[in-house]
Amino acid sequence: MHEEIIRLVNVSKSFDDQQVLQDINLSIGRNEFVTLLGPSGCGKTTTLRIIGGFEIADTGDVIFEGKKINNLPPYKRNLNTVFQRYALFTHMNVYENIAFGLKIKNMDKKDIDRKVKEVLRLVNLSGYEKREINSLSGGQQQRIAIARALVNEPQVLLLDEPLGALDLKLRKDMQLELKKIQQSLGITFIYVTHDQEEALTMSDTIVVMKDGRIQQIGTPQDIYNEPVNAFVADFIGESNIIDGVMVKDYYVEFAGSGFECVDKGFEPNENVDVVIRPEDIKLVPAEEGMIEGVVESVIFKGVHYEMIIYGRGLRWMVHSTMMEPVNTKVGMKITPYDIHIMKKVTEE
Amino acid sequence: MKKHLMAYPYALWILIFIIVPLALILFYSVFSIDAEGIHFTLEHFRRVFEPIYLAVFFRSIKIAAISTAICLILGYPMAMILASKNLSKKSLLVVLFVIPMWMNFLARTYAWMTLLEKNGLIATIMEFFGVELPSLLYTENTVILGMVYNFLPFMVLPIYSVLVKIDKAVLEAAEDLGATPIIVFRRVIFPLSLPGVSSGIIMVFMPALTTFVISRLLGGAHFTLIGNLIEQQFLTTMDWGFGSALSVVLMLMIMVSMGVAMRYEKENEGGGLW
Amino acid sequence: MVKTALKRIYTFLIFLFLYAPIIVLIVFSFNESKSRAHWTGFTFKWYVEMFKDQQIMTSLYYTVTIALAASVIATILGTIAAIGIHYMKKLPRTIMTNLTYLPVLNPDIVTGISLMLLFILVKFPRGFFSMLLAHITFNLPYVILSVMPKLKQLDNHLYDAALDLGATPGYAFRKVILPQIAPGIFTGFLLAMTMSIDDFVISFFTTGPGVSNLAITIYSMARKGVSPKINAVLSILFAGVILMLLIINNRMSRDNGRKENAV
Repeated sequence: MHEEIIRLVNVSKSFDDQQVLQDINLSIGRNEFVTLLGPSGCGKTTTLRIIGGFEIADTGDVIFEGKKINNLPPYKRNLNTVFQRYALFTHMNVYENIAFGLKIKNMDKKDIDRKVKEVLRLVNLSGYEKREINSLSGGQQQRIAIARALVNEPQVLLLDEPLGALDLKLRKDMQLELKKIQQSLGITFIYVTHDQEEALTMSDTIVVMKDGRIQQIGTPQDIYNEPVNAFVADFIGESNIIDGVMVKDYYVEFAGSGFECVDKGFEPNENVDVVIRPEDIKLVPAEEGMIEGVVESVIFKGVHYEMIIYGRGLRWMVHSTMMEPVNTKVGMKITPYDIHIMKKVTEE
Repeated sequence: MKKHLMAYPYALWILIFIIVPLALILFYSVFSIDAEGIHFTLEHFRRVFEPIYLAVFFRSIKIAAISTAICLILGYPMAMILASKNLSKKSLLVVLFVIPMWMNFLARTYAWMTLLEKNGLIATIMEFFGVELPSLLYTENTVILGMVYNFLPFMVLPIYSVLVKIDKAVLEAAEDLGATPIIVFRRVIFPLSLPGVSSGIIMVFMPALTTFVISRLLGGAHFTLIGNLIEQQFLTTMDWGFGSALSVVLMLMIMVSMGVAMRYEKENEGGGLW
Repeated sequence: MVKTALKRIYTFLIFLFLYAPIIVLIVFSFNESKSRAHWTGFTFKWYVEMFKDQQIMTSLYYTVTIALAASVIATILGTIAAIGIHYMKKLPRTIMTNLTYLPVLNPDIVTGISLMLLFILVKFPRGFFSMLLAHITFNLPYVILSVMPKLKQLDNHLYDAALDLGATPGYAFRKVILPQIAPGIFTGFLLAMTMSIDDFVISFFTTGPGVSNLAITIYSMARKGVSPKINAVLSILFAGVILMLLIINNRMSRDNGRKENAV
């Protein structure tokens, strides 16, 4: 059940003549974990800041629980933010940081103490009340930043690349922990990242953005398996993207021959992008394949091998658990289900 | 939020107390005012180029240049020593070096007066050894001494702050590549320290060129530098036009020498006092 | 070894050059006779006389009042200005920053006479208030240039974070921005204070009859010849400055200590 809490309607924004957001339409549900994903400069952080109230959209509406909040200042919005690089107040200790919002609400000292204690337990930092911010590690500062936001019991938590400054191992741990916190508190998370793996791991819904426009909204599975265009396909995981011609429904030509596929609804002989995931190409003996090629390079990636195979004038990236030595002649096999046909994106 | 509006009172202050006063100097330097009214004139600037005044300019530049050179020669080794000391003693030495600078500079100049005067300590000590000294006060050399004493820290500190920032690995790399200590200094340390040297030169040359106190106290009532000349125009002869023209020329000289020195100062790397 | 010895000797000579005049000055402020060459016995009488000297006491009063008033006003105005400049667009910010450097780079004598011309022209009576205005003017850049770097270091998100947690803009400024830039403001205040106490040239041109600070008094006394009373004043002044330096140094090492803790 999608019960809406936030909706963006035709939101556009520009800074100094530069259009950073164009016609953003987005509906976010209660208890949903939504990730805004895209390369830097795609407008994801600006979108978040418009929801938070730090920027005001040029046109369009921000609707929170059915009410327009376009011009409501941040301190009157019932949502909180975890900032990039945490934005902790270094002149206060952990307790004072977390109690900051509660004190503004004139809450009882006893209640503040209790809430701070609770939220510190939630982020696994019980007993850290008196510590100075600068004496904490990056991971601990991260937790304090989350605690400081959560203690105000917002209905929506905004997170702006919160794990960007942590090392890989800590990132992975925090990803799981954040997801756990979100599920146990049952609040909405709107999460900004440029890391596709992070987005796939944590989200209920991913919003892929590029150049100020939304490219695709969907579950991680949808986005990975059915990317709507070559940009999304390339940004989410690695892909072979080949120029092709859609001769007729269910039949595409690329790399010099025709293939059966499962897509339809294109103009006859329309130019398309053909996207094939590296793990969807099966290696078979040379004579059994649809396309013949020679292994150019092999890299061991831990779980699988990444091979570049030269065939039909193209370089194909193939992921396989079986290794073929360099200069081996191999055949490549692709099933119709693994051929994704996409409309050409016209570069503006 | 319109926080930038907070700068406006200050902008107004700058306008009234910096820009308007400087404009006044410019105005007086090219206009003369008499009973018939106000008219444009270059007379004041022509007078600046009369031989007696040119002589004052040359003497000021000469004395400032000599003082700067002495400061550089004395100060560079001192900066190197300060930068080379190991840590605990280094910060103490640097603080000790800075402290005299925090004494009022009139006081520092006055201190030399008492040392150098006819019955002062130095003369008395030399007398004890049977040496009769000529007058120590009121000579050109005394003025130079006063300038070196007052401005030496301005030379040492910028050089020091650049030298301590030099990465030790760079020096080791140079040695590793076969450079002798002398070559390391000539080809690596010295070029890297140039931004500090150039800001040191500015910071000594500028006040040395414009002072009128040191020359007055240590050089005597008849020892005239540009600063004294300007002071006279405004406080004794009341010739504002000529005084303003002198000030304009002085500002131009400062701007030109700053411009030259800035060319070496890449993006404010030269320490300065900030 | 020879090199180390040479370094030591050189350091010693330079420090001797720097300190000898000051030490002699202080020592002879305790000398019984007026001589500055012969030691005739220890006394505090010059200090007593100094306190009895109307001229010295008045100028001490002016020095302290003007330094305090000018640095307080400059600190307030300068902090506000620094924040304003920080949030300006690039071009006006560059212009304002360069204008701020102007009085720092301009020779004191030119700043002094230009202000004197202004006061004469608008018929502003020269004395305490003209000198105060002049001091505020040359103090402002030191405050602004001390506060600006702190603003630059400031994480812009801190202000957003405070608003996000429910703080109004005014509350966020008082509780978050101000404490963060406080060290810069304090440094600026101390710098302004020292500059004010130290200034001679600009005060000399902007003051009027009857109002002199210590520097002006020393200058006029020194031109007439030297007196042990001056030694006494200067010794006290020097002690005061060293005290102030110790306070600053203490603060700085505390700040540094914090930074090291962070690492």
